[in-house]
Amino acid sequence: MSHSETYSSHPDHVLHHFSDSEQQFTSAKLGMWIFLLTEVLFFGGLFCAYAVYRYMHPEMFYNVHKLLDVNLGALNTVVLITSSLTMALSIRSMQLGNKKQTLILLFSTLLLAAVFLVVKYMEYSHKFHLGQLPGKWYTFDEAEGENPHLFFSVYFAMTGLHGIHVIAGIIAITWMIIRTFRNHFSANYYTPIEVTGLYWHLVDLVWIFLFPLLYLIG
Amino acid sequence: MAESNISHHHIVPLKIYLAVAAALLVLTAITVAVSFVHLGSLNIVIALLIAGIKASLVLLFFMHLRYEWNMNAVTLMVAVVFLVIFITFTMFDIAERGDTSPEMRNSINKNAAIYDASGRPLKATEHGEHADSAAAGAQHEEPVAAPDSSGH
Repeated sequence: MSHSETYSSHPDHVLHHFSDSEQQFTSAKLGMWIFLLTEVLFFGGLFCAYAVYRYMHPEMFYNVHKLLDVNLGALNTVVLITSSLTMALSIRSMQLGNKKQTLILLFSTLLLAAVFLVVKYMEYSHKFHLGQLPGKWYTFDEAEGENPHLFFSVYFAMTGLHGIHVIAGIIAITWMIIRTFRNHFSANYYTPIEVTGLYWHLVDLVWIFLFPLLYLIG
Repeated sequence: MAESNISHHHIVPLKIYLAVAAALLVLTAITVAVSFVHLGSLNIVIALLIAGIKASLVLLFFMHLRYEWNMNAVTLMVAVVFLVIFITFTMFDIAERGDTSPEMRNSINKNAAIYDASGRPLKATEHGEHADSAAAGAQHEEPVAAPDSSGH
């Protein structure tokens, strides 16, 4: 069996406390999934706050959400979905042992993540300019409904935490590009890219829920 | 075989990845379009349903849950189950809050005088309202924080 040949030599990437490459791979992924579990609960607190405030102020949420730009939100959704695709394809390329294609796809993912942040920066600076800010910083006086600052408290907390995750993803993907470039990975060992991919897809997942909840209140 | 250039893990076909991405983009277009049609409380249900389908596609194909060890899916489900418990029970509390006593069912402000820092009332109690609510819940004590209300 080919596996025994591969593992009897105990390749460099397998740490001594793992019996083989496969065990190390599944353990690393389970570890990442447990981290993602904590991330879901972390964001869950903010989704809960959103549900409470929206339940208490349904009309204000409907009126104030119109101050967000649906086009920019939809654009960012498309950008993040595409970046998830390029991330998944970069892992596929490394599974096929194609280093050059992996680098191109990882770099595309990085570029799309940067585009997401640029669009977010445009949205944020517009709101800062108009005073559509959370809590006591709120100075915009053309919104309908009472307590419109609550919507922006929720908006900035949720998109802000998500934005921090995008920045962390950019750092992780840059690290993966450097390691791929230095030939750390092969078709037999690409665990760090796989795990980075899982993280990046979670960032996409959170946005999949944030977009309709903030921009598309019907 | 040992020095093969192809991983022994499951490699998802390219066309599946592309089809999933296309489905995600189509669903995004649908959710935007539906949001401009006013369906009342059905809007949020449809929005969350579409988001749920999109999330499932990402999880099953991009994150490979469809092809691998179930323990990763179980880990995710633990998070989802506890998140649902967390939000559902919080909403029970928010929806029922204020229904525990006759006083609480009415706005507290209706029955309260508001004082400034020096103890002078900013807004007088509305005696009519106060009398009604006192009659409804006669066994309850007078609010302790209203020492000057009789001197108004």
